Amino acid sequence: MSDLDDIDFGLLRALSQDASQSAGALGRELGLSQPACWRRIKRLQDLGIITGRRIDLNPEKLGFGVTVFLGLKLATKGRVSLEDFERAVSAIPEVQTVEHVLGLYDYRLRVTARDIADFERVLRRRIMLLPGVGSVDANVLLSEERRPGPLGVPQKIS
Amino acid sequence: MLDDLDRRILRHMQSEPEQSIPDLADRLGMTPSRLTRRLEKLREAGILLGQRAVIDWRALGYAVEVSLRVTLDKTNPRAFDEFIAQARTIPEVLEIQTFLGQVDVRLSVIARDMAHYQTIYRRAILTLPHIADIEALMHVARIKSNESLPL
Repeated sequence: MSDLDDIDFGLLRALSQDASQSAGALGRELGLSQPACWRRIKRLQDLGIITGRRIDLNPEKLGFGVTVFLGLKLATKGRVSLEDFERAVSAIPEVQTVEHVLGLYDYRLRVTARDIADFERVLRRRIMLLPGVGSVDANVLLSEERRPGPLGVPQKIS
Repeated sequence: MLDDLDRRILRHMQSEPEQSIPDLADRLGMTPSRLTRRLEKLREAGILLGQRAVIDWRALGYAVEVSLRVTLDKTNPRAFDEFIAQARTIPEVLEIQTFLGQVDVRLSVIARDMAHYQTIYRRAILTLPHIADIEALMHVARIKSNESLPL
């Protein structure tokens, strides 16, 4: 990764905003030919830096008005198999992300629902019935923004 | 306003975002031009917002990921705005979310290693304005991360 240059970072920045841009269009912006640009993108994929792409949908327009983050603690640590819990929680369609964390909670879940009543249904009938679930703490998402990350840092001028 | 075909298209795109238009059209038993028209409509309706590349920060050398849950001093009416404006200037902050609940704001922060994280935490995070309380969750593993909607 140490041999990535400004152009690679520029590509990552551009693709993490809009992955539908063609290698030709991106190349023009960064001063590369279409084949050179394509080769660089391919390399970033081969290095495992670009792992794939994601479709951005507008949840509200699709009827999903509520996103809730749950901090979840397992009740009987050591007794429940983490794999069983992880498999069961990942199978719930409304659960969008599952992260294993260290700290106040064991897992952090992102849950989408049509409204608060629908969320209550998911919480009571799905989440609370998972094997080993102890306490659950909920925070309703109000706003969210993704930042470009350290790619936006101006590179040192050599 | 969304019909079954729209839902099927979006479901397929969510589960296999890399698929090309001709492949996707083939899967759905429709012509590429018909699919393109449908996608155009979904875009115009503001349903399909776009697509972005997923970056593996570990592969870029960022081994540490921490979720910081922040409670703000809400006696100051500008607390949210000022906190968020300054958090945006920290390059290692990947996500800023605001909540209704115990937690006011959550920052997702990455660092190269624990020493680097310490530096960011002391120099950039603890100096953010209006913090009443701060709590950290260290990221161990990502079990599910597709962020798909159950369409």
